[in-house]
This record gives sequence, structure tokens and C-alpha cells, in this order.
Amino acid sequence: MALRDQTGPYFGDFGGRFVPESLVQAIDEIAEAYDLAKLDPTFQHELAELGRTYSGRPSIITEVPRFAEHAGGARVILKREDLNHTGSHKINNVLGQALLTKRLGKTRVIAETGAGQHGVATATAAALFGMDCVIYMGEVDTERQALNVARMRLLGAEVIPVKSGSRTLKDAINEAMRDWVANVESTMYIFGTVAGPHPFPEMVRDFQKIIGEEARAQVLELTGELPTAVAAAVGGGSNAIGIFHAFLDDPTVALYGFEAGGEGADTPRHAATITKGRPGVLHGARSYLLQDEDGQTIESHSISAGLDYPGVGPEHAWLSAIGRASYRPVTDTAAMDALLLLSRTEGIIPAIESAHALAGAIELGRELGPDATILVNLSGRGDKDMETAGTWFGLFDEQNGTAE
Amino acid sequence: MSRVADVIAAKRAAGGEVLVGYLPIGFPDLDASVEAAVALIENGVDVLEFGIPYSDPVMDGPVIQAATTAALANGFKLRHAFEAVRRVTERVDAPVLLMTYWNPVLQYGVDRFADDLAAAGGAGLITPDLIPDEAGDWLAASDRTGLDRVFLAAPTSSDERLRRAIELSRGFVYAVSTMGITGARADLDVAARTLVGRLRDAGAESVCVGIGVSTPEQVREINGYADGAIVGSALVKSLADGGPSAAGALAASLSHGPSGH
Ligand SMILES: Cc1ncc(COP(=O)(O)O)c(C=O)c1O
Repeated sequence: MALRDQTGPYFGDFGGRFVPESLVQAIDEIAEAYDLAKLDPTFQHELAELGRTYSGRPSIITEVPRFAEHAGGARVILKREDLNHTGSHKINNVLGQALLTKRLGKTRVIAETGAGQHGVATATAAALFGMDCVIYMGEVDTERQALNVARMRLLGAEVIPVKSGSRTLKDAINEAMRDWVANVESTMYIFGTVAGPHPFPEMVRDFQKIIGEEARAQVLELTGELPTAVAAAVGGGSNAIGIFHAFLDDPTVALYGFEAGGEGADTPRHAATITKGRPGVLHGARSYLLQDEDGQTIESHSISAGLDYPGVGPEHAWLSAIGRASYRPVTDTAAMDALLLLSRTEGIIPAIESAHALAGAIELGRELGPDATILVNLSGRGDKDMETAGTWFGLFDEQNGTAE
Repeated sequence: MSRVADVIAAKRAAGGEVLVGYLPIGFPDLDASVEAAVALIENGVDVLEFGIPYSDPVMDGPVIQAATTAALANGFKLRHAFEAVRRVTERVDAPVLLMTYWNPVLQYGVDRFADDLAAAGGAGLITPDLIPDEAGDWLAASDRTGLDRVFLAAPTSSDERLRRAIELSRGFVYAVSTMGITGARADLDVAARTLVGRLRDAGAESVCVGIGVSTPEQVREINGYADGAIVGSALVKSLADGGPSAAGALAASLSHGPSGH
């Protein structure tokens, strides 16, 4: 079977539905509605039209030669998901799930968010479709992504800072699941990545796979060949699976996911789930996760709120297990260096999440050499990260832009 | 047969009401949680539901979250669960079920967990995030060891899922009274009564109702149509506020009914 044809609930040994019984009816309902929608030309047309007339599909590709000089001279091509409406790939999935919410007749949507990009996308869709919207966001993340909190509130969403546990994405998901258990009849949980119980990993992937489908054709048109390698940042894994999927059955194309290495994958402070984790169950699916010997989740750390998650989607766990994709850690420092480099060489300020993929591409370019072409998913733009970048590089006050 | 089902059936045959009481292991510390569990049983709790603290308890409300977070911060380790079960069952007779999210069992090893629980004198497991569909290893391990296994039934579960929960549960079926997470609620849903009726129609012989149960009146009311009532957050709160003796006193009032005799 082609790798592209793999569906849930299981990806090899990974995936499944490890949820409270109270949620089974809801996820069954979503799975059934999605199975119909998938084959329904009207649904697919509506979604494509939203892409064309609202979020800005197809997104362009941009070749970045001045950046590529630092990447061993390989050709580097960016897939510009940062140019989507709301500023990241997250809108692709949200518009799909929001259309499904309409079909299910539900009037309230909830979501978790880390970097705030999924929350902003969900708040945007809720405004567009006239739905009530509640976003759960770890308190730590509401502070480091304050701009996105303001965007969500401006769009009419209620943002609830989550104070339990590590006060980051993991805990936002816990709180959103608690809300969902209590309000499942009126509420759709618009999940933001390719983790969670079936059907989310499959459905979110399907809504994101347009990234790779477009990029594959665009790179072929530009270079006449498939890329040597595809690089993406991996938090839960939605932008990565989105760009990987179209290439899964192209054996010459190497696929690389870059996880948040934080202060170093050999320190306790990282979010390198596949690199350092073991199989286990978290948030409804069996996959890799960062955990202690008792199966308690270990808190992750990353400068990037969107990658600061101790789990990962089951399809990535499977692609890693079968050797189809490789996963490597990228430290905070390497990511911030890459963020600065792309800004200074190409005039594009990436999200810190996406900067992990850029740092990975620099490493890959040096390994693969000047004959290689590397396609990088630029999953989001960096506006939301100015507070973090300003502090990191000393861009505020008298420090006066001494970043180098 | 099942130790838990036997205890429930015997109490009901004698015209009594069944009270299942929940406490987390290791809260406020290991010794006090054992004392509190013993106090519950000595004050009328028929079946103990001993909870394993877990980092990501998606089915739990603020009271139980606070307690299990404190237990983890105080150094709770999985091996303490078996120790706690042993210490309670050495002192009192009531069956002790562990309530656990699935990942700790998975990491310990499902078979090893079942063996160690049986060796400690435990009666079985309640698994809030393990549905029968994903429970193959646990079904085999519990059959091999004779441990009870309690699956949940929700107001939104289909008839087919209810039948499956009944068929695969041993001890009792845990009827989720209301859509939501743990925590005391003033009014119990009519949903609970309806769900128990549906479970009965599907052939359930042993059904206990939990989530949101906190008063003697609710315990009595539930015992009017189900085989037992499960109380969690209210007991945990009394333990947090007044220690093991307060939890024991609440258990006494819950099990002796609203009139207090
Ligand atoms: C721009 C951007 N890229 C990547 C991610 C990580 O998520 P995922 O791994 O699901 O793509 C996020 C999450 O917030 C994001 O905002």
C-alpha cells in the first residue's frame, strides 16, 4: 500500500482512541461527518473556495539564495505558509474543521493554542461563521505570545489562561478536553495539530496536506526535479505532515522533522519528543512522549510556544519507526540564529517555530552539499514573536539593535 | 466471579445501600492516604476506589486535580500504589480498586501491573481513559489474574457500546451521571437515571453511579435505582480540610443516609 493511503485510527503501532467514554460519541460523530465530507464535492469545493478567496491559497514558494549561502550552497526553497491569512498554516486545518462544525450543527467551538496561531485561526473562523469561541492557552504562553491573545480577543473569542501543570500547550489541551467532556453536545473541539484521538490525526493531516501538494508541483515547475530533502518544524506535527505527505511515496525525497531541542536534547530542558521520548499514551493517542519511568508526562521546554509540547502526532511516530522520515533536535540558540539570518539575508521574519526548520535546513545543506535542493516549510510569520526576539537579541531600549 | 460484585450484591440483598468512596493515593502523603482510606472503610464505604495520581488527569475537576498534583509534588511513585493497597487490605476487608489513567499501567507493563496489583490484595482497575476498544492487553491480563475491570458508560454512549461495557466489565459498570468531569454538583442529572435504565434494559446486573455525587440525599436517591453511589471530590475535600478523621466522618454521614442513623 502507498504510504499516502494510510488512514487512522492506527498508524502502525501508534494512534487509536484513548479517551473517556464520554467523548466517544463526539469523536465518532466527527469521524462519520468527516468520512462523508471527504468524498463530498460540495464540501471540498467550499473548502477550496475559502482557500482561494479568504486565506490566500495557493501560497507561493520563494527561493532564498542569500540565505542558502549559509547552508552549504544547496538550493533552499521556502513554502510560504506565513503569507496565509492569520499568518500561519493553522488556518488550513481550522477552515476545514469549521466547515465540518457547521455541518454538525454545532454553534460553539473551543480550541487549545500554544503559540496562539491556532487560537487566532480558530477565533477568525468563529467570527467568519458566527460561532461562539473559547480558547484555552497556558498562562506562560499568554505572556510570551501576548500579541496573539489580543488578536483573539479582538476577534471576539474568550481566552482562558490555563494555570495548571506546566501552564503551556499540554495543559491547555487538558483543559480544552475537560470543557469538551462537559459541553460535547453543543461544542466542537477544533483540535490544532495531528495528535489527539482518531479522527484528528488523519483529518488534520488531510486539511494540511495541500501544503505539500502545492509545493511538490511548484518545486517541479521551478527546478524540473523533486527536492532532495523536505524540512519542517515539529510540535504536534501538523505543518510537517502537511508538507511531507505529498512526498511520502517519492523514495528519493528525504523527509526531516526538526523538534525543539530547547537548551539541548541532552539537557532536561527540551521538547525533542521523538528524539528523546518513548511510546506511551497522551491526549488520546499512543505515540512517542516525554515521560518518566512511571509514565508521568515530563514537562517540555522550548523558546517556541508552538513546539513546547511533550507529545507528537502518531503518524510521525510511525514514519520514524519505519524509517521514512528522520527527526532531529534544534536548539533554541540555533533556531534564533536562523531567524536572524533569514531576516537579514532575505527580508523575511519567520515564526520561531519555523526557524527550527530553517536551522535544520542549514545543517542539511552543509551535509548534502551544493547539488541538493531543500524545500522548507515556512509555517508562520514572526510578528507574534517580537517580544521574545527583542529580548533575545536586545532590540529594545538603548541596546539599539546589536544583534549579531 | 468478582469480589466487588459479590460485596455489592450481598449488601443489597441485605437491604443496604452501597457506597463507593474515592481517594487519591499519596494525598496529603502516603501514610495519611492509607489512614484516610481505612477511615472511609471503617465508616461505611463498601468499595474503595484508590486513585493513582497522574500528570494529565483530563477527567478530573479542580478538587481532585489539586490533590493529585500535591501527591506528585510530594514524591508519589507508582510503586507506592501497590504499597498503599497492601497496607489498606491488611487492615480492613473491603475490596480496593485502583482508579488509573492508562499510561502509568502501560509503562509499568500491563501484565506486571496486574500481577503486582493482585499480589498486593487489590481487586481490580477502573480505567477512565481506556475504552474497551483499546483494552485488549488489559482484558487478557485481568482474565488471567481474575482482577475486576470497571469500564465507564456515558449518557451519550450508544446501545451497542453500553452492551459492550456491560459484557466486558467485571465488578460493576461505572455509570457517568452527567456529562462532565469530577466535582460536586447540586443536582444530579436525570441523565443518570435514564442511563441506569438503559444499562438495566441491556442486562446490567451491577451498576454504580458516579461524578458529581456529594450528599447523603444523593447517595440514597441513587441507591434507589442503581446498585451503588460513587463519591469522590467531596471526600477528597473533607480530607484536604480536616484530615483522615474528617473524611471518615463524611463517609459515615454519606453511608448512614440523610437522617443520620
Ligand atoms: C507557525 C507555527 N509553526 C509550527 C507550529 C507547530 O505546530 P505543528 O507541529 O502542529 O505544525 C505552530 C504551532 O503553534 C506554529 O504556530
